Amino acid sequence: MSSRAVASANSDIACVLKLEFEFRRDAFTLRARCELHAPVTGICGPSGAGKSTLLAQVAGLLKPARGTIMFEGETLFDADAGIFVPAHRRHFGLVFQDGQLFPHLSVHANLLYGQRHLATAQRRFDLQTVLDMLEIAPLMQRRPGQLSGGERQRVALGRALLYSPRLLLLDEPLSSLDRRLKQQILPFLKRIRDETRIPMLYVTHAPEEVLALGGEIVEMEGGLLPAT
Amino acid sequence: MQLSPNELTALWLSAKIALCCMLVCLPVGVAVAWLLARHDFRGKLLLEAFVQLPMVLPPVVPGYLLLVLFGNRGLIGGFLHQHFGLQLAFNWKGAVLASATMAFPLMVQPVRLAFQMIDRRLESAAATLGANPWQVFASISLPLAIPGIVAGAILCFSRALGEFGATMAFVGNIPGETRTVPLAIYSALHQPGGEAAAARLATLSIMLAFAAMILSHVLTRRSERKLGYRLRAQA
Repeated sequence: MSSRAVASANSDIACVLKLEFEFRRDAFTLRARCELHAPVTGICGPSGAGKSTLLAQVAGLLKPARGTIMFEGETLFDADAGIFVPAHRRHFGLVFQDGQLFPHLSVHANLLYGQRHLATAQRRFDLQTVLDMLEIAPLMQRRPGQLSGGERQRVALGRALLYSPRLLLLDEPLSSLDRRLKQQILPFLKRIRDETRIPMLYVTHAPEEVLALGGEIVEMEGGLLPAT
Repeated sequence: MQLSPNELTALWLSAKIALCCMLVCLPVGVAVAWLLARHDFRGKLLLEAFVQLPMVLPPVVPGYLLLVLFGNRGLIGGFLHQHFGLQLAFNWKGAVLASATMAFPLMVQPVRLAFQMIDRRLESAAATLGANPWQVFASISLPLAIPGIVAGAILCFSRALGEFGATMAFVGNIPGETRTVPLAIYSALHQPGGEAAAARLATLSIMLAFAAMILSHVLTRRSERKLGYRLRAQA
């Protein structure tokens, strides 16, 4: 596996995420220095490598100590210039390991949560398209507590998609599911890749999930991206 | 149980003061609870201690301090009286201030706990879906803290109903103005033949406190269920 992702041949989606930053928390130091071009990039490594922390910086939930983060030419973070675009202005979708659906809202309200922060012109998908793509229409009136693990992840994916993100960040989206369920969700991720063409940054300790999506893999270890 | 007009007045006054106290404490309490639950800042320990202080002080001490600060010649009271014509000492508005001082910690504690129990990743998820910090607070944190807010409001109300020491010191024991149920009981006990009245009012206090506690539990449970914290067994 290459330790550095380079422009892939099938990259018809112009996604350039340029990471060059450093982050410190207590004794842990994270150093990222790479450019990601592929439609699907997997960040793989053992737990404790700093994968989720990295994703939080890309999402804008954590602020690096120094360096820069660029996305398609736009500066999201620049320590020297004092630029920091907060999470709610980055327009990236983030799907967490256990979905993090809002427990006090119905599935329907969860799905529309991100969309209502968008102007109509920014909305790329309508509800019905996403319901069909992920086969979640029958769940609409339920509460998150009444969903199975697989259903929860599909709703979480749908919620992120309806926000029409420029980049989809996936934080171990399948790791809370058993093998059978994983096999059920993967086709949906493929569908998202093919039908929405939203670039994905996929964090996982299981490289086979990324390979199943035809993605490129960047290894991460001990807070270093790429691992050297 | 037949209440005399004076006792009814005391009851009505208690209810009015406790309700106002709760309404005053609610927004301030939620703000302070949020600050303590979610922010680290210099002097946080001092603020915490200050908020908790009325719970461990003899109630007459806050009452005395209120009189010094908010009396008509007090530092703040003098200013309010001169510029806004607002008088607090020895009237019912002062009684609201006294009960609010004493009941405030009981409002803050459960709300703070409720905020602390919310999974921060829910707030992160909302932020990555385009919600700014205010929208996150209004649509995620606040609704999820409702069980704690309900509990805090009822505790605050009940504590205000029972306020005695600080009220006595700050606004005195004026029939129809500041004589709430506890003060009326105290007065009845000092009157020859007042035992029956004291017993009636004491019984009433117990019943009210009991009802408030039960209501608090019922409302907390109901809102927890509504928020998905407790789900009835489901297939």
